[in-house]
Amino acid sequence: MAARKKRRKAAANPPPLTLADLQLGQRCILDRLDLPEDMARRLMELGFLPGNEITPGKRAPGGGPRVFRVDGSEVALRQETAARLYVRRDPESDFVVLT
Amino acid sequence: MSSCHGGPPRSGLLPNPSILPPRPATDRPIIVAIVGPPNSGKSTLFNRLTGLRQKVANFPGVTVEHRMGKAKLKDQHEVFLVDLPGVYSLHPRAEDEQVTHDVLKGEQPDFPKPDAVMLILDSTNLGRNLVLAAPILSLGLPTLVLLNMADDLAARGGKVDIAALSNELNCPVALISAAKGTGIDRIQQFLLGTAVRLNSPPPRIELPVLHDVPKCRQWAAKLGIRASYRAPAPPLWTRRLDAIFLHPVWGPLIFAAIVVAVFQSIFSWAKPVMDGMQGFVLTSGIWMKHVLPDSPWRSLLVDGVWSGVGAVVVFLPQILLLFLFIGILEDSGYLARAALIADRTMSKFGLQGKSFIPLLSAYACAVPAIMATRVIENKRDRIATMMIAPLMTCSARLPVYTLLIAAFIPNIPLLGGILSLPAATMLSLYVLGFLAAIITARVLKSSILRSRGSSFVLEMPPYRWPTWQSLTLRLIDRARVFLRRAGTVILLVAILLWVLAHLPLENGKTPPLEHSVAGMIGKTIEPAIKPLGFNWKIGIGLITSLAAREVIVGTLGTIYGIEGDEESQAKGLQTALHKDLTASGAVALLIFFAFAMQCFSTLAVVKRETGGWKWPVFQFSYMLVLAYSGSWLAFHIANHFLA
Repeated sequence: MAARKKRRKAAANPPPLTLADLQLGQRCILDRLDLPEDMARRLMELGFLPGNEITPGKRAPGGGPRVFRVDGSEVALRQETAARLYVRRDPESDFVVLT
Repeated sequence: MSSCHGGPPRSGLLPNPSILPPRPATDRPIIVAIVGPPNSGKSTLFNRLTGLRQKVANFPGVTVEHRMGKAKLKDQHEVFLVDLPGVYSLHPRAEDEQVTHDVLKGEQPDFPKPDAVMLILDSTNLGRNLVLAAPILSLGLPTLVLLNMADDLAARGGKVDIAALSNELNCPVALISAAKGTGIDRIQQFLLGTAVRLNSPPPRIELPVLHDVPKCRQWAAKLGIRASYRAPAPPLWTRRLDAIFLHPVWGPLIFAAIVVAVFQSIFSWAKPVMDGMQGFVLTSGIWMKHVLPDSPWRSLLVDGVWSGVGAVVVFLPQILLLFLFIGILEDSGYLARAALIADRTMSKFGLQGKSFIPLLSAYACAVPAIMATRVIENKRDRIATMMIAPLMTCSARLPVYTLLIAAFIPNIPLLGGILSLPAATMLSLYVLGFLAAIITARVLKSSILRSRGSSFVLEMPPYRWPTWQSLTLRLIDRARVFLRRAGTVILLVAILLWVLAHLPLENGKTPPLEHSVAGMIGKTIEPAIKPLGFNWKIGIGLITSLAAREVIVGTLGTIYGIEGDEESQAKGLQTALHKDLTASGAVALLIFFAFAMQCFSTLAVVKRETGGWKWPVFQFSYMLVLAYSGSWLAFHIANHFLA
């Protein structure tokens, strides 16, 4: 966890980027989950692990939850949950073309 | 690929079933648990192995449903399979995960610890799925690891070395396709060996610390590398379909179109079959009257049982059609997208997205829906969902709606023939139930069940073709449940009603219905229901339908069976009803059934789930108030317009 804390510090200088800030197809790397333990555990079991790559996908019509591609599957999260997942942009790949 | 053996033979792997020593004599059958993450194809495999030799059951003390079934082995022995709720880990969070955990650990009271485990994983996402192998293998039970969706994996260019994986895990591994039925031989072989294997050797690869999710995931990744796992290309068709189904404009339109199509077809497709069945019930009743000698027994059989039960059984095709559609939507993966589309609307009414799936299954029946609320972790959200679930239009309302609509609503085409007035009426009743449910949820969630923010986390499964086998099994299962109810509750009520309608004897003869016990009961409540446009005969139906909604159809069948001569019977229930109901009364009756809590089973389940009478009593009362005031309003409004 120590290495992760360091990374968080580096990314925390202003303003911290969350999963909710990203557009369709903007890849990112998950830094940490700021959620109650139970919820964080469920998300980690679904692939939202610090260090994993996440790609935002389609959003439900009318501003509903968004589908995220993570660890080989697609998981839908509400905007308020996504706003609690701190991420950093993937320097190697910016936008990816989505089919 | 699928016939590969999991590496060289060793303990724990019995390559040739014929060399097995004889089974030890046990006093209980061998039990094998099927475990896996959600969407891994557990149920498809279970169906494939057991076919019709299965039933839904409850563990004693808890309400989580599981399925038990028998798999016949090649040596004619039988093995019991238990299909456990899908889990991502053995770290229990919700009640269903607790059950899987307890059963596997042998901590489930009155349920023996399984003798072996079949762990089924989605081979197209093996990296994440293998995480579950760690806690399962640490149980030390003989385990067979099944990598499902082998056909998908191959088609999308993925691969895995199952011999290497088997070597690392030190247990047999097989690549299968539960939907296509490939690789099933390997399972037979494993099951044949279950009686003689007591323990499985620990895996060669060291197990991770189980409560540390990142460690477990790293372990799974290492395992994947050692098994030369190559992940398949992304599911292109799923992406393409999502681009349509989650489109900002097309998505909701298609959602609406699917709903309308379902209702229109339930009405039009089932009709010929139902008409045929109705004709059969009527003519066979008349035939029985001619053949059997005149006696009270003939009357009980023909007027009581045959017209009562027959009137309800007629609706079987329609209910099966509804379940067929729900099955297709669920098995294809569309239901998860529907939940996604609906989440925003649900959250406006204080409900969380997870309430959506129980509410959808409440369209079939409130009882499993209330059990399905166990996925909601927040207790207040869960109770709110339970309270409103019976307002969703369950299939038991279908016979009542169909009967009344067919009898009173003229068949006028609407929207240039796309929809007919009867189908539109039916659709409005479904919408009405839904609106009542979400408005009630809003009221409850902003008063007695207020809680802080909730969440919505849902995995989107890839789209898949539903298999005929799975759909057929669902339908057979539903038909069984429906016919069992017809053969028990409805039969009993029909007999009881016949008896009450024939007593007390007047000068040794059966009294007119008005003077019978049943008639007197109806007359007693008549003043209360008169403002709604119902007379005492409908009143009898309202009372009997407290047991289950569809009973009213049987009751009316029995009442007119007793009353009527052959001629009016042949004209059927629809015509007979016009004697006792006006069109506005029929509208009021429809509204009453849309809102009233007429189902003992639901109340019993709510009592069991909430652990007391408080919530079921509350539910019954608020729904009765809603039903009474709703139908009073409907009666007066309809009177105003139709007069």
